[in-house]
Amino acid sequence: MIELDPKIPTGPLKTKWQHFKEHAKLVNPANKRKFRIIVVGSGLAGASAAATLADQGYNVDCFCFQDSPRRAHSIAAQGGINAAKNYRNDGDSGWRLFYDTLKGGDFRAREANVHRLAEVSRNIIDQCVAQGVPFAREYGGQLANRSFGGAQVSRTFYARGQTGQQLLLGAYASLSHQIKSGRVTMHTHSEMLDLVVVDGHAKGIIVRNLLTGELTRHAADTVMLATGGYSNVYYLSTNARGCNTTAIWRAYKRGALFANPCYTQIHPTCIPVAGDFQSKLTLMSESLRNDGRVWVPKKKGDQRAPQDIPEEERDYYLERKYPAYGNLAPRDISSRSAKEVCDEGRGVGPGGLGVYLDFKDAIARLGKKEVEGRYGNLFEMYENITGENAYERPMRIFPALHYTMGGLWVDYHLMSNLPGLYVLGEANFSDHGANRLGASALMQGLADGYFIVPYTLGEYLSTQFGNKVTTDSPEFEEAEAAVRGRMNRLLEVRGTVSSEKFHRELGTLLWEKCGMARSRESLQEALTEIPKIRARFWNEVGVPGTGASFNQALEAAGRVADFFELGELLCRDALTREESCGGHFRVEYQLPDGEALRNDELFQCVHAWQYQGEGKEPTLIKEPLNYEFIHPATRNYKH
Amino acid sequence: MNFHLRIWRQDHEKVEGFFEEIEALDIPAEASFLEMLDMVNNRLIEKQKVPVAFESDCREGICGTCSMVINGIPQGPGRSAACQVYMRSFCDGETITVEPFRAASFPIIKDLVTNRKAYDRIIQAGGFITEHTGGAPDASATLISKREADHAMDAAACIGCGACAAACPNSSAMLFVGAKVTHLVHLPQGQPERKERALNMVRAMDAEGFGNCSNYYACEAVCPANISASVIATLNREYVAASAAAAV
Repeated sequence: MIELDPKIPTGPLKTKWQHFKEHAKLVNPANKRKFRIIVVGSGLAGASAAATLADQGYNVDCFCFQDSPRRAHSIAAQGGINAAKNYRNDGDSGWRLFYDTLKGGDFRAREANVHRLAEVSRNIIDQCVAQGVPFAREYGGQLANRSFGGAQVSRTFYARGQTGQQLLLGAYASLSHQIKSGRVTMHTHSEMLDLVVVDGHAKGIIVRNLLTGELTRHAADTVMLATGGYSNVYYLSTNARGCNTTAIWRAYKRGALFANPCYTQIHPTCIPVAGDFQSKLTLMSESLRNDGRVWVPKKKGDQRAPQDIPEEERDYYLERKYPAYGNLAPRDISSRSAKEVCDEGRGVGPGGLGVYLDFKDAIARLGKKEVEGRYGNLFEMYENITGENAYERPMRIFPALHYTMGGLWVDYHLMSNLPGLYVLGEANFSDHGANRLGASALMQGLADGYFIVPYTLGEYLSTQFGNKVTTDSPEFEEAEAAVRGRMNRLLEVRGTVSSEKFHRELGTLLWEKCGMARSRESLQEALTEIPKIRARFWNEVGVPGTGASFNQALEAAGRVADFFELGELLCRDALTREESCGGHFRVEYQLPDGEALRNDELFQCVHAWQYQGEGKEPTLIKEPLNYEFIHPATRNYKH
Repeated sequence: MNFHLRIWRQDHEKVEGFFEEIEALDIPAEASFLEMLDMVNNRLIEKQKVPVAFESDCREGICGTCSMVINGIPQGPGRSAACQVYMRSFCDGETITVEPFRAASFPIIKDLVTNRKAYDRIIQAGGFITEHTGGAPDASATLISKREADHAMDAAACIGCGACAAACPNSSAMLFVGAKVTHLVHLPQGQPERKERALNMVRAMDAEGFGNCSNYYACEAVCPANISASVIATLNREYVAASAAAAV
């Protein structure tokens, strides 16, 4: 069995990263030109890594399945990005951001990684401003901040409700500059379908050109996956339609460990599901909880219009249960509380699957104009989708899948157990533990790409002189044949059911059995059901057209096939983790008041899964989490 | 609801396209336009027919992947992207015409999918600020007034979808180019490369075959990101000033 070495530097927490940087191996400028790096994905993590490494002199090949690197799903992030700048003088510090993030993750992340993240958070804001990211400003010209869930300070920087867009366009601009300079070769409409491992090292990928169907081989000195999360395994999520697990899943099947797949984040403020035709869920930024108040009627099945329900008959349940944080309680807690009140029959809207997010008091306090200034675009979006005016009646919101904390296992260098394979951004498991705080995803994606991997990469590359591989090796041959075989299998089913229907079926099952609350029984049921649906998929799926052409049905079917396999691992992991922590809530393990009951003695560890082959159970490998500098307390957002 | 669709089908750039008539029956009013197309495609797959190719991704109106013309309007009715069009805004029984963006610089890939890489190449020509990662001064070292930051943000909101060029009778990309130039003109960080940026981006735009602005304002009318046509005035001013400076 593999021994997992997280490679955490020794020494005091506050100087680990500094010490690492000062002693890390370097690659001199003349040698950088000799190395080729593959970056898969062009979101915040991928674009920032590709641009930075190319600027340093490396040759970079960057791949994305979209028509342009600017389309990556990072673009849809609304709320903001955290940084411990303490511009507000409200008591923030790197330590506090570190501690809030670790606590928000329910003490299931690595201390050293999270501390480093908090440290570099400040550089990210500087970097983005230098790139021309138009962050919101005060009248005096200083950067504006807002507060976000799980924090008691205002440390979130934002650009209206489009922070992700502006940060991504900043990274995209830098990437574009490097493409122009010739150091980055950009491959759009290119989907990675396999990882090529040569002598135990990740040295290349197999890519399908989505426009022509052509399969191509790409060799490099190192491969970086920045391919995002797998929320779409649940079919309905806030993720873009194209978000998928294929790149990391194929890497898993080539030997990379998959860590904590059951840590999925369910975001509390999304627009509720309207019907079974729905293709995605739309997030309403968590920043709305700064001024909106969450409530449901006290009475079960209250059918009155919200404005007819008097104040004393409303239950502002987050303010009641968590007075210290109120409506700004962390995401997992807010989501679970919404589920509880809906389970009690107090939900609102179609099917009773919704709670109110009310701006009446905010409008009275600030005026409609100010509320419009802060959230105008979100209110507009809400009205466009639901046909309801949120200035006049409260929004209806309900939790939805939003982010996956789990991902490929990486060490402190962001390298997987497969040497040469780096995993960045949401695709790795490293920094958010069992729950991610708002405005931390953008921070992590950019930290990984701009400031971490450019420093850690030298440690690996400096050992790789003379280890060039070529695409005519048997490993490439075999990988390409495997991809072709899999594609042909899908095309040869010639069924009459779209892969979307199977995907929806899988998603509904996972949402019910492995969603906001999980039990041994529900997980066992899911583990029995998934293989059955999967078997039907492989017998009945319809993929018209050919593999040698632009074929969106084939793309979708390939991704769904991988989601089936991942879905099973996700449930297996949730079943094995016999505790409740963060986004993973096992009904068997709760405190008398319904709060999550962690089991630090048995589960203060990372669960990393190793693929053992088709039809075989994966092996569980544990990495203990040692907290040297902080004491993992029970999370308390009440006082 | 029921709809009669006239959808553009074209296998690839080299063959001629045509309108195919498809009935979209039993569509819920709450469905989005793209969800309606999903339903149509699933039914085509059930009959083992090739589904209609169209691109979409975030389905929140921000990624800019959507690129179709609905009833003659790029990105469809309403002030957002095609993914934000809902079936309740159509009449029951209505005939709806769906076609790809029409602009020579956006060649058709298949059905409703067009190649918009020309926009990426224009950004590569100068739509960036040259900087190295790390070593940036503290973010608050340079003050930027709220007014300037807001102007920059208004222009930076462009989603790069291409509707502006698709709507323009001249296939002009000047709203797109103007938006990027205006975004960076309003920021102190954008000043050092201001002149080269305007010149290089306009040259790249011309090289891609996009036409010039002749004040139709069709771009502004269809822009899902509400970019004001005043960015074109800014672009013209920047270009003229940069050309004059270059001539000296």
